[in-house]
Amino acid sequence: MARNALPPVRRGLPALLMDRSVPGRHASTLPVCDVPLSPLPPADLLRDDLPLPEVSEGELVRYFLHLSQLNYAVDTTFYPLGSCTMKYNPKWHDEVAGWPGFAQVHPLQPEATVQGTLRLLYQLQQFLSALTGLPAASLAPLAGAHGELAGMLIIKAYQRAHGQDQRDTILVPDTAHGTNPASAAMAGFKVVTVPSDAQGNVDLSALKDAMNERVAGLMLTLPNTLGLFEPNVLEVSRIIHEGGALFYGDGANFNALLGQVHVADLGVDVLHLNLHKTFSTPHGGGGPGAGPVLVREPIARHLPAPIVQVAEDGTFHLVTPESSIGRIGGFAGNFGVLLRAYCYIRSLGAAGLREVSEQAVLSANYLRVLLKDVLALPYERTCMHEAVFSAALLKAHDVRAHDIAKRLIDYGFHPPITYFPLIVPEALMIEPTETESKETLDAFTAALSSIVREAREQPEWLRSAPHGAPVARLDEARAARQPDLRWRPAAP
Amino acid sequence: MTLPDDRRYSREHEWIRPEGDAGVIGLTRFAVDELGDIVYVELPAIGATLTQFASFGVVESVKAVSDLFAPASGVVLTVNEELRTRPELMNSDPHDAGWICRITLADSAELDALLEAPAYGELIGSE
Amino acid sequence: MTYSPHTDADRVAMLEAIGVDSVDDLFADIPESVRATRFDIPSPLTEQEVRAELSRLAGRNRIPEVSFLGAGAYRRLIPAVVDEVVGRAEFATAYTPYQPEVSQGTLQATYEFQSLVCQLTGMEVANSGMYDGATALAEAALMSARITGRQRVVVLEGVSSAYREVLATYASGPDLVIDPIAPGSLPLDEGAACLVVQQPNFFGYLEDLRRCAEAAHAVGALLVVSADPISLGLLRPPGHYGADIVVGEGQALGNAISFGGPYVGLFACRQEHLRQMPGRIAGRTLDAEGNPGFVLTLQTREQHIRRERATSNICTSEQLVGLACTIYLAALGRTGLRQVAELCYQKAHYAAARIAALPGWRLPMEGIFFQEFVAVGPRPPAEVNAALLRQGIIGGLDIDGRIPNGMLLCFSELHSRHDIDRLVAALDSVGGE
Repeated sequence: MARNALPPVRRGLPALLMDRSVPGRHASTLPVCDVPLSPLPPADLLRDDLPLPEVSEGELVRYFLHLSQLNYAVDTTFYPLGSCTMKYNPKWHDEVAGWPGFAQVHPLQPEATVQGTLRLLYQLQQFLSALTGLPAASLAPLAGAHGELAGMLIIKAYQRAHGQDQRDTILVPDTAHGTNPASAAMAGFKVVTVPSDAQGNVDLSALKDAMNERVAGLMLTLPNTLGLFEPNVLEVSRIIHEGGALFYGDGANFNALLGQVHVADLGVDVLHLNLHKTFSTPHGGGGPGAGPVLVREPIARHLPAPIVQVAEDGTFHLVTPESSIGRIGGFAGNFGVLLRAYCYIRSLGAAGLREVSEQAVLSANYLRVLLKDVLALPYERTCMHEAVFSAALLKAHDVRAHDIAKRLIDYGFHPPITYFPLIVPEALMIEPTETESKETLDAFTAALSSIVREAREQPEWLRSAPHGAPVARLDEARAARQPDLRWRPAAP
Repeated sequence: MTLPDDRRYSREHEWIRPEGDAGVIGLTRFAVDELGDIVYVELPAIGATLTQFASFGVVESVKAVSDLFAPASGVVLTVNEELRTRPELMNSDPHDAGWICRITLADSAELDALLEAPAYGELIGSE
Repeated sequence: MTYSPHTDADRVAMLEAIGVDSVDDLFADIPESVRATRFDIPSPLTEQEVRAELSRLAGRNRIPEVSFLGAGAYRRLIPAVVDEVVGRAEFATAYTPYQPEVSQGTLQATYEFQSLVCQLTGMEVANSGMYDGATALAEAALMSARITGRQRVVVLEGVSSAYREVLATYASGPDLVIDPIAPGSLPLDEGAACLVVQQPNFFGYLEDLRRCAEAAHAVGALLVVSADPISLGLLRPPGHYGADIVVGEGQALGNAISFGGPYVGLFACRQEHLRQMPGRIAGRTLDAEGNPGFVLTLQTREQHIRRERATSNICTSEQLVGLACTIYLAALGRTGLRQVAELCYQKAHYAAARIAALPGWRLPMEGIFFQEFVAVGPRPPAEVNAALLRQGIIGGLDIDGRIPNGMLLCFSELHSRHDIDRLVAALDSVGGE
């Protein structure tokens, strides 16, 4: 078998909490009640059973640490998921987010008692405006897609405020993340897909054909999900603005553009950023994140509430813009994530942020060049923060992108995103980020080369990979046909 | 791939097998193979009216969703209840036990707009 | 500093391999006319300098020894084991478990979370979490509209105004009509997609869920309950009243209040509505060798597959916050959560009795409350709170706009009798001033 591969060992999974529960055990101590007891509500309002696990503290820690060891994570493994920007996250950010001076602040405290927090949020709004050229920001959206929803509702409000109620359509290129069409639909828009041309750019003639008085806006991911920057972006902007539509920028891939361009100069009217990606928050197994939305001045009155403003006396306040689309989350945004972004920007400065995008793009192109002969490169041009390859040639050996991904696990690497974007057959979408060393990128290239060799010589070994993970390949069809979504007591 | 010649095929990969005044509808083997493991079928309601070439339900694999298009117009008489618990029947036996529903044939002339087995075979051969 | 490991020599080698002279060449697709070099960001600071700056900012926040603010965000005792596990990099620095074979830790923990949410709410299925309680409620209303094919969302007035504002924002997408009603206006008119209820309501009091369920179901509407998860340690769960969707704010289950986020929205429903549920779901299955394992499942509901026809655009799930909830619930367990709930109830009732006995103070509402209640004093709450703050106490939420001179006070296991007695004495002196 291949060198470097992990040995074929299965560790198996630990029993579920409820199955290890023993009556009488507990993992917490609570204060005794020191006030005179009042009668509880009538019995028919009370629950008679509370089926929660009963475990000791030591068992609890051991159980969850066992679970943690079943994961690959950025801190243990190269994790080149395209479009996810899995970079190293500075540890001290986590520590300061836990400081009582921030973590113990209640969101409804009188504003006079939270001036430190509000000042920080105000400055972050300013920083994000400075980086994008868009003057107004709301930090309220709680994730990237949440920012998209806010942005779509802003565009709807803007068009209605200009008597353009008939504009009920959003154009979305076929390279977009699924969240784009889903967000537009959730805001009540019809979605029309715009195809890409042979270079992976927006097909300009198709865009012109799609433009009409029903179009409210275009959503464009910058760079797009092929990892390519749209060289005709100024022309795209001209076409949609001349047609009376707004230009929505999806900033999920902003790691490629940090310190390179003010996206406002590209014509973008409304933009969201995924702070957890570009500005470094641990991704937490899927969240939390933060998805601030930024806009041009005439659109600022529609921003979601609240935004932070400074009064003449220098005090900071949460306010609702005059024609706001409204409140989009329970409070004022995911402060814990916003704080980390503040730390990141404050400690890197403009030059440091520019170095981030330079290295991210340099590393992606380095992989592009190393891997273009190992896998196929459907769009042979300079990429930005990520490169998309195709494993279609290996179909001749009955090996799919999926099999390559699973086999990478045995080499100690987290697989890239597979089968996206949809327009690339057998796609492998690889984003190395700026924090992975050249040695890691070289080792990853060696692993993929070895796997492609295996695909020709022993394809069955790939089709049954991974061999060194805690579980073998999982039956997803069974999971969907017979959903088992929660613990249930064993039949007596 | 052998295609039964007792029925007609649509370009959207549905088949319809006439049974007197009625027709039985299903998805072709080519289509289910493209979809992969089918995990869920959204069946039409009994009594629902289908319109030729309009969507009447969806079929889902693990990572894809596909619309079902009616090969002919008519009212749903029965549906294949077994698919609710065993959608995999569509994978294992798409042209028979994996049938989807049975409808009245509103206008048998509509079948002329569909393909016979050899023509459909040619269509999928070129895809 | 950047966190990039690359030396100048690395960069030269990489540029050579690519065959370009400079990094700048790689950005050639960005039109030259818009390439920018000036960004108005302050000069970088070292870690120590940023810490010092943050320390000054934190110093401008008042963190009182004792606070009686709740209203949707709750300070609680959090066992240290919660932060210890949540801080593990293997959990914190992983991402969405798209590759299940190397994400079994995250997936099994998610399955545990879904199980515990079901057990707590008395519901059949749950997802892995929404952004927060407010957005979970809004998504529940949208889901009800999809299921019933109706456009009218009826909301009891006891639902938090912040939650109702978020609901209105979400409802503006599909143009749903929001219809706020008082509990006295039940039964419902025909045509409602759902009845939305908060339990306990914003003012801390219990709604009659049995009556709500009957009213909703009588007209074919769904019952959506936004439940406080700590209260479910004591109270009969909404599922037992026939709720169709139960949502809630998960913050109180082991997470800091952190100025409002990150939190997690709990979301559970009945099995029959599973395919209309938004969000991510983990499921148990078997691997190729017949051993159990976990995967993300029913993904065809989600945006990355169904795109504009997805049940929601949500992609992020607040996984790490949900993990804290799971550990918290397991650490407290069957008896601990009940104890916490009873402590909240007892402290609140002790405080209520004492405040009601103060001259100039009264409790304007009737019914059964859990951990919060409204007290009306002799002076505007802003003045009362300012006076309390001088004594190091953060008072209740000022709800003068809804109930003149009203203040919403919240009590928990964190408050000792001494804390409550201090509050009562302070309120007494404020009243007398």
